[in-house]
Amino acid sequence: MKKVLTGNYAVAEAVKMARTEFIAAYPITPQTTIVERLAEMVEKGELNADFVRVESEHSALAAVYGASAGGLRAFTATSSHGLLYMYEMCWWVANSRLPVVMALVTRTIGPPWNIHTDHTDLLTLRDSGWILAMSENAQEAFDLTLIGFKVAEQIDLPFAVGLDGFQVSHTAEVVDIPEQSEIDEFLPERRRDKPFVIEPRNPITVGGLTTNECAMILRQEMDRDMEKVGDLVRNAGYVRDYDLVERYRLDDAEYVVVMMGAWCGDAKDAIDVLRDEGVQIGMLRLRFVRPFPAEEIAKLDCKKILVVERDCSIGKGGIIATEVKSVANSPVQSVMAGLGGVDVGVDDFVSMFRRFVKGELGEWWL
Amino acid sequence: MECMIAKPSKGSAGKTGLWRTFKPIYDENKCNNCLLCWLYCPENAIDVVDGKISIDYDYCKGCGVCAKICAKKAIEMVREEEL
Amino acid sequence: MVVVKIKDLPKEKFLLPGNTSCQGCPHALGLKSLGMALGDDVVLVVPAGCTTIIAGSKDKSSFKFPCLHVPFASAPAVATGLGSAFRRLGKRGIPVVWMGDGGSDIGFATLSGACVRKDDMIVIVSDNEAYMNTGIQTSGTTFWKAKTTTSPTGKREEKKDLALIMLMHKADYVATASVGYLQDFIGKLRKASEIDGFRFIHLHSPCPPGWGFDSSETVEMARLAVKCGAWILWEFDGKFKISSISKPYADKSKRTPLAEYLKKQRRFRHLSDEDIAEIERRIDEQWRVVLALEEVF
Repeated sequence: MKKVLTGNYAVAEAVKMARTEFIAAYPITPQTTIVERLAEMVEKGELNADFVRVESEHSALAAVYGASAGGLRAFTATSSHGLLYMYEMCWWVANSRLPVVMALVTRTIGPPWNIHTDHTDLLTLRDSGWILAMSENAQEAFDLTLIGFKVAEQIDLPFAVGLDGFQVSHTAEVVDIPEQSEIDEFLPERRRDKPFVIEPRNPITVGGLTTNECAMILRQEMDRDMEKVGDLVRNAGYVRDYDLVERYRLDDAEYVVVMMGAWCGDAKDAIDVLRDEGVQIGMLRLRFVRPFPAEEIAKLDCKKILVVERDCSIGKGGIIATEVKSVANSPVQSVMAGLGGVDVGVDDFVSMFRRFVKGELGEWWL
Repeated sequence: MECMIAKPSKGSAGKTGLWRTFKPIYDENKCNNCLLCWLYCPENAIDVVDGKISIDYDYCKGCGVCAKICAKKAIEMVREEEL
Repeated sequence: MVVVKIKDLPKEKFLLPGNTSCQGCPHALGLKSLGMALGDDVVLVVPAGCTTIIAGSKDKSSFKFPCLHVPFASAPAVATGLGSAFRRLGKRGIPVVWMGDGGSDIGFATLSGACVRKDDMIVIVSDNEAYMNTGIQTSGTTFWKAKTTTSPTGKREEKKDLALIMLMHKADYVATASVGYLQDFIGKLRKASEIDGFRFIHLHSPCPPGWGFDSSETVEMARLAVKCGAWILWEFDGKFKISSISKPYADKSKRTPLAEYLKKQRRFRHLSDEDIAEIERRIDEQWRVVLALEEVF
């Protein structure tokens, strides 16, 4: 069935259809409408879940952690400062191997206060052990939320679904919603004893002091399991096929743009413009940052690669570019643009890509 | 993940009786079986066997709470090297 | 309150001997009492603190309870999630948050949130009046004038009265307790377990290394605090009541001289007679408040 939904409402719909049992979240713009909608669904009896109105994001993920450790399918959502406030819990959840799903509506980190999108907040989770997906539109936000539960519960790693603040979160689009029966078949009830369950009369202690080797083995196991996520996503058995990347006009591309998120739509329009001019250019869109699609990037056979990203690791530059450079077999150029939600439209991309092709592009686009 | 899970076990810190400087010596004849020493032993190293107390010296750290709480002075703390 | 008889207490141990607690540890007394009171209904949630260490290491747990270790400020919120799981999955059990005064300082908002929501749990703050696990630093509940490693000339601020704060937070059950009176504590835990919602017990836990007294004197020190009136045992279960153990000390003439309690502790050795008189004045003030609450609450 097709419905017109904003990205945030699409995520809420997916959480409902996943038969999520526990939700705890604290409002923050532009995430708020996800939990408002979920609260409404619970109150109306459309979703049989416990909805906890916590007093902070730290407590939101702490409550979700407890519920997940107790065996429930659990969800939270946040943005920017909310993510930073719950950051400690993000690592605790990951190291505990709990299959929590979180929607992360990307927003610039202040000061100055700014509610618009960039991707710095999402990328703070890069090393934590969360599977990190970034959607381009409401449909993907919906689909990746459902795939998130499935994959997280298969591999026992938490899953964050990124969606750009306002550009996806508050933009209404047509979303193709599968039947509930299709979702139920795709996503059965969570296995409650995996990776462990905290319950009365089962006297295990989890997370206490142990050997240094245990801490290291844990991270090693997480890293190895993260490598399996690509296959799990490709073979998820969802109603639509998904991969870690999307390939756009790549087959004969001499110039390849690597990007992620909502603005890829505008960038694809710009690619079409350059294609009409005879420039052999295409896009490899990252749908996942973790696991990092290293093979897909290594396979790119082109004159040069341009990474366009809305983030900066101060002192090193573009985070994604740094990672792409580590695996690419073609020269990589980095450009940082759109931080703080600075608008970058089709015309900007046309101009940017032309300069890239000519070798006249600087490191910052402002 | 398994290495992050622990199960109930006596002596998680080893034989903590080795920590002891003073040893509680119990005189059954003075004891009125009030069980206060059993209740207040912080280590949980005192057992009640057939209504009488029994100190588990493998784990008793020799804190001396039992001797202090005993109204009948049925437990005396004696320096280990004097034993 | 139902009288708890020693001989009727269960013999099964939920705190296992041979753990890393210090000699004469008050938390150990509290934890063993928790097992005696509620047995295998308990699911422990433990934030950072001494109890993180006492809980065991490697594959050995010191508890016969299930126990989830959690970040410092998160414990009551984690218990909220666990409680939801137990209820939804039809499992009988009580999430019990066991934390120190450090956990209740750094996690005060978390404590407040869980209480406001009346989430199903028992929270026990085992208060040894300083951050002991990191080496005796001042906490919100450190006693006025007590020396710690971060207040080497004595704390300048008042002790935070957590239990009264939680009472005003409309918790479903609030009590103060002491490791000097374990039967009273066990009785209060059992009472708490019969009430639904958010239940809070502030447990006074004198710490031998932290306060500077001999390990044999933990129970005695806890009792002296009650007998000199500095720690008042009370309970709110819908009605505010001063517990029978503390009742006589409403009468100032029945109280043990305050100096007997203070002078036994290294942290108070520097106190002048004027300081002791000032503490006495503050204790009188506390009694005035508690007696008034018994009238009106």
